[in-house]
Amino acid sequence: MSVLVNKDSKVIVQGFTGSEGTFHAGQMIEYGTNVVGGVTPGKGGQTHLDRPVFNTVADAVTEKGADTSIIFVPPAFAADAIMEAANAGIKVIVCITEGIPVKDMVNAKEYIAQYDCTLIGPNCPGVITAGEAKVGIMPGFVFKEGKIGIVSKSGTLTYEAADQVAKAGLGITTAIGIGGDPIIGTTTKEAVELLMNDPETEGIVMIGEIGGNLEADAARWVKDNSKKPVVGFIAGETAPKGRTMGHAGAIVGGHDDTAEAKKQIMRDCGIHVVDSPAEIGKKMAEVLGVTA
Amino acid sequence: MNLHEYQGKSILKSFGVAIQEGRVVDKVEDAQAAAKELSAETGTEWYVVKAQIHAGGRGKGTVEETGSHGVVLAKGIDKVDDTVKGILGGHLTTAQTNGVGKLVNKVLIAEDVYYPGASEPSEFYMSVLLDRGAGRNIIMYSTEGGMDIETVAEETPHLIFKEEIDPRVGLQGFQTRKIAFNLGLSGQAMKQMTKFVSALYAAYEGCDAAMFEINPVLKTSDDKIIAVDAKVTLDGSGLFRHAEYAAMRDKTEEDATEVEADEAGLNFVKLDGNVGCMVNGAGLAMATMDIIKLSGGNPANFLDVGGTADAERVEKAFNIILKDENVKAILINIFGGIVRCDRVAQGVVDAYKNFGSFPVPLIVRLQGTNAEEAKQLIDDSGLDVISVVQLQDAADKVKEVLA
Repeated sequence: MSVLVNKDSKVIVQGFTGSEGTFHAGQMIEYGTNVVGGVTPGKGGQTHLDRPVFNTVADAVTEKGADTSIIFVPPAFAADAIMEAANAGIKVIVCITEGIPVKDMVNAKEYIAQYDCTLIGPNCPGVITAGEAKVGIMPGFVFKEGKIGIVSKSGTLTYEAADQVAKAGLGITTAIGIGGDPIIGTTTKEAVELLMNDPETEGIVMIGEIGGNLEADAARWVKDNSKKPVVGFIAGETAPKGRTMGHAGAIVGGHDDTAEAKKQIMRDCGIHVVDSPAEIGKKMAEVLGVTA
Repeated sequence: MNLHEYQGKSILKSFGVAIQEGRVVDKVEDAQAAAKELSAETGTEWYVVKAQIHAGGRGKGTVEETGSHGVVLAKGIDKVDDTVKGILGGHLTTAQTNGVGKLVNKVLIAEDVYYPGASEPSEFYMSVLLDRGAGRNIIMYSTEGGMDIETVAEETPHLIFKEEIDPRVGLQGFQTRKIAFNLGLSGQAMKQMTKFVSALYAAYEGCDAAMFEINPVLKTSDDKIIAVDAKVTLDGSGLFRHAEYAAMRDKTEEDATEVEADEAGLNFVKLDGNVGCMVNGAGLAMATMDIIKLSGGNPANFLDVGGTADAERVEKAFNIILKDENVKAILINIFGGIVRCDRVAQGVVDAYKNFGSFPVPLIVRLQGTNAEEAKQLIDDSGLDVISVVQLQDAADKVKEVLA
C-alpha cells in the first residue's frame, strides 16, 4: 500500500520534450517510475527517451492506459494542461509549474471538480512513494523506504524532513508536496487524510508555512480523526507581515495565518509541533518510541 | 505588484468604472495647467491634492519638511500651487510607512467630489480579492466607508458583507443588486451601484488583479457612484499578458537592494537582523530564518537562490547580503536536489577568492546531491569557512559565532 502513486502507476509527462520535462522524465525513469510516454502537441508520433510522444493526453490514455500525469508546461499554458489531463481521464495530476496566474487556477480548479481526479500542486515538488515511483523533481535517494508519510508545501524543506526521518531510522512511505501557491488542487487536510488511511504509514509529518488556513483546517481534522501521531512544523515565524516570501501563497495577511497562530491551533489539536526545523526527525522518532 | 492610486484609477476607468477624475504632476510648475484642464473637463472649482506613494493612511500622514498632510483640499485654483508645494518632493510619514518618510515624487490633483446637492453624500468600502479557502473571488463590502476595514472587522463585523463569484458564470446581476440594497441604496444611486460593481469586477478579471481595495466608494450628492481612492495590486504571475501594466512598476517605491536582487533572478526580501542567509527553496529559506532566531540571532534577509544555484548566482547573492552593514555572520543552507552542492561550493570558493578576505564568519551547510564532493571542495580550498552537514550543527555554529 501507498498513496497516490506506486509501481503500477502509468505515468505520462506533459511538456515531455522541453528541457525541464526531458531532464526530470529521465530522472524519474532512472528511479524506476513506470513512465509510459509523454505529450507535446505537434510532436505526436515521435519517440523521446525511448518512449512514445503523443499530441494529446487523450491519445496517451487510449494507447497506453495512462492514469497519472506530471506537468512541466510553462505558466501561460499550464492551467490548460491540467484541464486537458482531467478531461482525458487522468486520475492523478501532478503540476510542477511555478507562476501560473491565479485567475487561470481559479478556472482550472472549478473545471476539474467535475472529474474523478486528484490534482497535486501547482508549484510543488511532486509525489514520491519510496522505492516504487517518483512523480516529481525531488532527489530520489533522500527518500528511504519506511513508515512515515510527509505532507508539505515546500520542496527543499520536504527533502530536509525526509533526510531527518531516514537518519532517525524511520524512512518514508509517500511524500506529498502539495505546493506553495494560493490555489492548490489538494489541501493539507486532504493529503493528511490520504496518509491517515494508509495502513503502511505509521506517522505523519505535516509541514506548512505562513499564509492561508490550510494547516488550521488540517489540524482540526486531525483532532477528530487521528489514528496515528502527527509531527508538525510551520515555516515563517520570523517573516514580516504583508511580504510574499518566495511562494506566492506565503504571505501573512491577518492574525490567524501567522506561524505562531497556526502552531498554536496545531498544538491544541494534538499535533506534536516543533519550533526548530532541525528537530522534525528526532521528534517523530520520540513519539513513535523508536531509537536510531 | 502594487500600483499608485493614479495608475490604479486609470486601469479602472479603462474598464468603465466611474472614478474621481484627476491629473498627475511631478513638478509644481505643471500644477496650474493640470488643475485648469481638470476644471474644463469636470467643472470642479475645488481640488484635492493627493501624495502618490505606496502606503495607506496618507490623509492623516505628515510631510516631514512642511507639516502638511498627504491629502489636502485646495479651495480654489489660487490655492493649488501652495498645496502642491507642501507635499511634492517632501517625505510623507503615515501609519503604514514604518516610521520612515517616503519621498513623494508625484501628486494627483483630483476633483472635489464632496460638493453639496440634493442628497447627502455617503461613503462605502469595497474590495475584490481571492478567498483562498473557497478558491473563488469575493467582493467584500461595507457601509462603513472611509475607515480602516480591519477596525470595522473587529468592532462591527456585522457591517461587512461578502459576495462570492462562481467562476463558471461570473458575477450575476442579482448579486450586484444585492450589494446595492445591502448598502442601503435606492433609485438612481442603486442603479449606478450595480453598474459600478459590474465594471469593477470586469476590471479585476481583465487586468489579472490580486486585490482591489476601493475606500471610499462614494455616493455623491447627485447620486453618482465613484471610486475616490484605488488600491490596486496585480498578480505578478499574470503580468506576461499585460505589458502595459508591467511598465507601471515604480522601482523607486521598492528597496534598492531588492530591485537589484530581482534583476539577478534572486528572490530576496530585506529584513533588519544580523545574520544573512542564502538558501535554496522558499520553505527552507523561511525555516532557516527561524533557526537563526532560535540560535539567538535575527535574520537579515530572506534569500532563495532558486533551483539553478551556480557559482555566478552564489557570488551575486554574497554581494547583495554583504551590502547590509548589520550582517555579522552568513549562513548558507543548501539542500541539493536538482541543485548540485559541489557547484554551490565552487561558487562559495570563487566568491571568497574574489573578495580577498571575508568580513564576517561564513557557515556553510551543504546536504543532498553531491554533498560530500562539496565538503571536500571547501575543505581543500583552505578557506576560513565553517563547514557543517546537519541543520542542527548549523544552528549550533550560528550560536557560537554570535556569542
